Amino acid sequence: MRHGFDWRRTPGFGTYTACIFFFLYAPLVVLVAYSFNGGSLVTVWGGASLKWFAAVAVNRDIQAAALNSVIIAAAATFAATSLGTLAAVGMERSAQRSSGVMSSLFALPLLVPEIVTAVTTLIFFSSLNLRLGLMNLIVAHTVFCIPFAMMPVRARMKGLGDLWENAARDLYAPPFKVLTRVTIPLLRPAIFSGAILSFVVSLDDFVISAMVGDAGTTTLPVYVYGMIRRGITPEVNAASTILLVISIVLAAVGQYLNRQAISKS
Amino acid sequence: MRTHSPFLLTVPALIVLTVFMLVPLGFGVAYSFLTAGPYGGAELPLTLEPYRKILFERDFDESLYFTTTYISIIARSVILAGAAALLCAVLGFPVAWFITCRSPKWQGILIFVVTLPFWVNSLVRTYCWVLLLRDQGLINNGLQELGLTSAPLGLMYNDGATLLGLVYNFLPFMILPVYAALERLDPRLIEAAHDLYASRVSVFRRIIVPLAAPGMMAGSLMVFAPALGYFLVPDLLGGGKSLMIGNLIQMAFTSSRDWPFGSALSTVVTAGVMAFIVVSALRGKKRNAT
Repeated sequence: MRHGFDWRRTPGFGTYTACIFFFLYAPLVVLVAYSFNGGSLVTVWGGASLKWFAAVAVNRDIQAAALNSVIIAAAATFAATSLGTLAAVGMERSAQRSSGVMSSLFALPLLVPEIVTAVTTLIFFSSLNLRLGLMNLIVAHTVFCIPFAMMPVRARMKGLGDLWENAARDLYAPPFKVLTRVTIPLLRPAIFSGAILSFVVSLDDFVISAMVGDAGTTTLPVYVYGMIRRGITPEVNAASTILLVISIVLAAVGQYLNRQAISKS
Repeated sequence: MRTHSPFLLTVPALIVLTVFMLVPLGFGVAYSFLTAGPYGGAELPLTLEPYRKILFERDFDESLYFTTTYISIIARSVILAGAAALLCAVLGFPVAWFITCRSPKWQGILIFVVTLPFWVNSLVRTYCWVLLLRDQGLINNGLQELGLTSAPLGLMYNDGATLLGLVYNFLPFMILPVYAALERLDPRLIEAAHDLYASRVSVFRRIIVPLAAPGMMAGSLMVFAPALGYFLVPDLLGGGKSLMIGNLIQMAFTSSRDWPFGSALSTVVTAGVMAFIVVSALRGKKRNAT
């Protein structure tokens, strides 16, 4: 090998990567900075202030929308995590693991354009005359949360191998006990991480909630979209910043747990 | 002991996905052959009218004439989604390579930094660009403050703004699979090429790029497929002048109350995305086989 060659040295790429990170983060920083603007004009700086956050906090409509969002996200997360965990265990442990049809059905919510999922779900509910308020949205959210709930669990299952389960079976544990006493406890961090990802994805959704929901089921993103449509005000910035911070914090926790889960195995 | 099939565990989720995802997609296809109801919804008789409407308009005397209104919007969607995938590949590749060349600890941190914005609400991410690009936005105000321009440049409501928004939203989708492909690359190949007096450029062109190609294909798919039917970016940044197929579908179900037409468009875009996925999967298989 010729002396002094290190392919890991990448002159210039570091600066370039920094520029791309700037591109990814600068717009978010601008939004957060604007939301602390005390002036009543969006683009004229009127001193730092929390007054628009206060305005958001006392807005009854925003409170109702936030409550809807949390109820839907919590219920959809519970359903998607339960269904997704079992499905992930089943898929990783079954002989027909690579069954193409099955994996593509699980990937379907990620592959079909969001707007198509939204309108076909709307068609489905309306032709069956199902108007169950929040329940409609909970079902719709559960569907697109399932792939996200499954992802960390499948990764963890791959890492674990079937050593522990085989040991339990050798000691005459019945299949149900193997699942509840061995597999699921081992998967706990991954399940938790999948649950957090589902919760974030549900909170983030706009298109499906806007199409499938009705007047009584406005979620926070749907409400914020309405605010943006009516005009850009400092209040919109504050509401958007709240959404941004919630997603970032939850996603960071979820990713951290996921990393823990993978590195342990 | 494998008497209890673990496959049974997947059944509840499969039922939910079939009933609430696959069946609704079927309903969508069925609606695309129906006649629009007066207040939304659809009714019999069966007809091909919704598909006809994509290509031909009906004149007062019931004669059909070819119209490019919708075709041009579909073409714009394909072009913008394709351009977004290409731009993401060009912009994202060096980032993926840079990350691959770092220590494992730094790789984890940098990948985390790349993925974090993806979890931020897409509405919020798109709205950030409205704050930057609009006439009283940060960029226009800044330029005028510096005396570089005297009037706001129309940065929003054009195809460029839509493309920018798509690239911004989907860039992490390209960086991740390219990184995954590069990370598996055997460094001995690079060293061997270098020992054989290959220049940095030819190592890059003849070794790194070909080995990263499957990752780029996967990334293009992950950008192109969701970008094609994307709604928020063209809605907020593109406005009426840069409509994409997602906006058309949304309008058909809201303001114009023509559900069968919206269903026909949905069927077309879904078929297009699926065809694209199948073709690239087959090409990937062929590549692996050779």
